[in-house]
Parts: sequence; C-alpha cells; structure tokens
Amino acid sequence: MKNERYELNKNLAQMLKGGVIMDVTTPEQARIAENAGACAVMALERIPADIRAAGGVSRMSDPKMIKGIQEAVSIPVMAKCRIGHFAEAQVLQAIEIDYIDESEVLSPADDKYHIDKTAFDVPFVCGAKDLGEALRRISEGASMIRTKGEPGTGDIVQAVRHMRMMQSEIRRIASLANDELYDTAKELQVPFELVKYVHENKKLPVVNFAAGGVATPADAALMMQLGAEGVFVGSGIFKSGNPAKRAAAIVKAVTNYTDAKLIAELSEDLGEAMVGINEEEIEILMAERGK
Amino acid sequence: MKIGVLALQGAFIEHREILKKLDADSFEIRSKEDLKQSFDGLIIPGGESTVQGKLLRELDMFNGVKDMIQDGLSVYGTCAGLLLLAKRIEGNERTHLEVMDITAVRNAYGRQLGSFFTEASFAGIKKIPMTFIRAPYVKEARGNAVVLATVEGKIVAVKQNNMLVTAFHPELNDDTTVHRYFLNMLK
Repeated sequence: MKNERYELNKNLAQMLKGGVIMDVTTPEQARIAENAGACAVMALERIPADIRAAGGVSRMSDPKMIKGIQEAVSIPVMAKCRIGHFAEAQVLQAIEIDYIDESEVLSPADDKYHIDKTAFDVPFVCGAKDLGEALRRISEGASMIRTKGEPGTGDIVQAVRHMRMMQSEIRRIASLANDELYDTAKELQVPFELVKYVHENKKLPVVNFAAGGVATPADAALMMQLGAEGVFVGSGIFKSGNPAKRAAAIVKAVTNYTDAKLIAELSEDLGEAMVGINEEEIEILMAERGK
Repeated sequence: MKIGVLALQGAFIEHREILKKLDADSFEIRSKEDLKQSFDGLIIPGGESTVQGKLLRELDMFNGVKDMIQDGLSVYGTCAGLLLLAKRIEGNERTHLEVMDITAVRNAYGRQLGSFFTEASFAGIKKIPMTFIRAPYVKEARGNAVVLATVEGKIVAVKQNNMLVTAFHPELNDDTTVHRYFLNMLK
C-alpha cells in the first residue's frame, strides 16, 4: 500500500511535466496564474524575493490562506514547509495539499535531518543542486525533484549550474562499469539501488523540474533545453510589470522551448522583468540550506 | 501507421513509449505546423486540461484538431484528454473540443489523496491495471457512446465512433491492452 501511494505520487509529477508551476500569495493571483496556463500553483505568504527582503525567520504559510487558494483554483495546489519540520508537513497533509515542497526558501527547522517523507501519504518535492542531494531526497521519499537555483533573485546562473551538474553526473554514472557503481553510491552517500537506476535509465527515478531564478521566457527555454522537465517560477511573475502576460508567455515558451522564433515573439513587450540581484550581492545563499 | 501525440503539456512521452513497444510510429504535436504532417491517429495525454485547452486555442490549433476529429480521425484521450473531448463538464467548468457525447466530472475523486490504483475489466477483454490521478469520471454517456469500463459504478472508459477516452492512465502501467484496442480502431 505504501509503495502504491509512492507510485501515485510520482505519477502526479509526471502529469505536471511540460508545465509551469507558479508562486502565488492570494486567491486572485492564483486565478491569474491558472488563467495564464499554470499547471499548478505554489501557495505561500511571501514570494522568495520578499522573504529575502524581509529577513528573519520564514515559516509555513497560514493554512487559511492556503485553503483560500485551494478554493480559488481547480489545478493542483502545493505549499512549502521548512526543511525537517515534519509537524508543518503534517498540517499541510491535514488540509489535503496536493504536493508539499520541503523548501530551502523557508528557514530550515532542522540542520541535520530532512523529513522522513515515506511516513506521509501526500507527495513531496525537494530541491537539489547536484545528483547526490537529489538521490538523498528521493531515498527519504521525495517523489519529485527541482533544482534549487537561487530563489528570489531573478538570476538564472545557479539554476543553470545545478541542472548542468545533475545532468553531467547522470551522464558520468551512465558510463560507469557495473562494478564501479558500489563506490559511487558510497561517494554520493546514497543507496546503491538508486545509483543502479540512474546507470540503467540515464535519468532520475522521478520527474525533475527547474527552479530558482527563472524570470523570462528565454530563461524557461534555457532550462528546458538543459534537460528540465518543467519549470517553477517564483518571484519572476508577480514581481514583474505585467504578471498575466509574462506568465502566459513563459507557459508557451516551456511547451515550444526549441522554437526560437516563437520565443522571440513571446518576449516582446512583456514590460519590466523583476529587478534581480546578482549572486555576489546576496547575503543568504538559500541553496546552501539542507544538503 | 503513425500516431500524433499532442505534446503541449503532460505525460505525452509515456504514451510514445507504449506505442514504441507496440511497434507503432509516433511523433509530437506542439504547433500548428506539426498538424500538417500526415498521421492516422491522435492521442491527447494526461496533464492539466486547463493548460492544454488554453494552449490549443492560443497556438491556433483548436479548430484544426476539432475538424480532423469531426472528419473521422481516430482519437484517444486519457484523463485531461477525456475532459478536452467531452461535450459537457459538470459545474461551471469550461468545455473544449466538445466532440464526444459524454458529461464528465472534473477532479471527481478529489485532491491527490484521492488518487488511486485498481484493476478492472476493460471492453470485456480482460482485467487491466488502472491508475487514477486526480481523475475525472464520466457521469453520462449519450447517443451511440459505448461504456467500456466502470469502477465502483462510475464510468471510466467510453468509445464513440472514432473516439476513445479513459479516465485512468494505461500509459503509466506496463499493460498495453488499451493502446492495442486504440490501434485496432485505426484499421
């Protein structure tokens, strides 16, 4: 039964592929996102750019606010809990959230252990910046992975770095001899079976999205061409000049990510993109939370 | 035999993999341009019906696809694909291609916690695995629409002329019964 639930949870991520998951803070934003073609929304009180600006401890959102968003849209609704905060995750499961993001965007609640996600019926997505992190989260029960990127910056460089790192490690493992896989499992600190799966299938055992820093249709197309199966957009939409138009443009860019002519059209007159911060200017590197 | 798989969003690769197992050629349809190729059947995959419906319209493919189906192109829709083909969807839900005489209920089993796996008989052929992910079901099949499968009294597979729909996802399991049934409709 437990195993069947895990399969169903991986299956939901498969249905999200080729889509865009958007951060929203109000029912109204959720409706804008749904109308723009989001395949799911992430309900949170403050988008990463504002979390960054506000500083202090950042926690799970008010369940009432999340429920308001669940009522406003018909697509799946996700929400974030702090790394290691299994009680927040229990609360999100109690309100029947469709996916929990155990997220480095919030302040970590545990600096050593992640949540034992196998103890839950609702699915989890987790961030990773390399293959080892991704497989460790999967062994803890994550049924979907996303790159960490650097949330709330509007800077794509870290998402690119994390996706390239994952893909190149997958290619390396695919090329190893069978008897070399045991040592790789030790080196990555992950179960041998997961390394074997990557070796045989040349991909992660779960769906892998890009996240953290996507701000333009071209950013989304870049991540898809680098091997992402879909895209999370956080601050990039509702911190921009024309959220509805930008959101719709990013959705189309993800579907036709190799059609440069279309992406050129989509990139016209989108208004102001979010301002963005370069990684050298950042005080807190969220991607360094939870390894 | 060549099958076009609508690849706007969702689990289209899984359908292509099953078709490959059955030695049927397939290609992805992402734009109006892709519809110009010649093909014998169309699969509309699972995903979010709101997203696929919107992209069909905005990428200017809606009328082309609808005309092809009305002119007799065989089509198979899973989950979101079922919703795209239905003439009616319960509640205030927006309908899309409106070609099949069925009334569907969207998210009929609730949120992800309501997703489930079961086995049931399909088209009197045999019992097959059925995976339901935030699935719809069919409340009513009208005209010459034929019910091919039910689960706990709810209609989950229907055929009408050149159109086949399932509320579940055979592309997520190893069994190829439903895809073989669809390929036989093309002959």
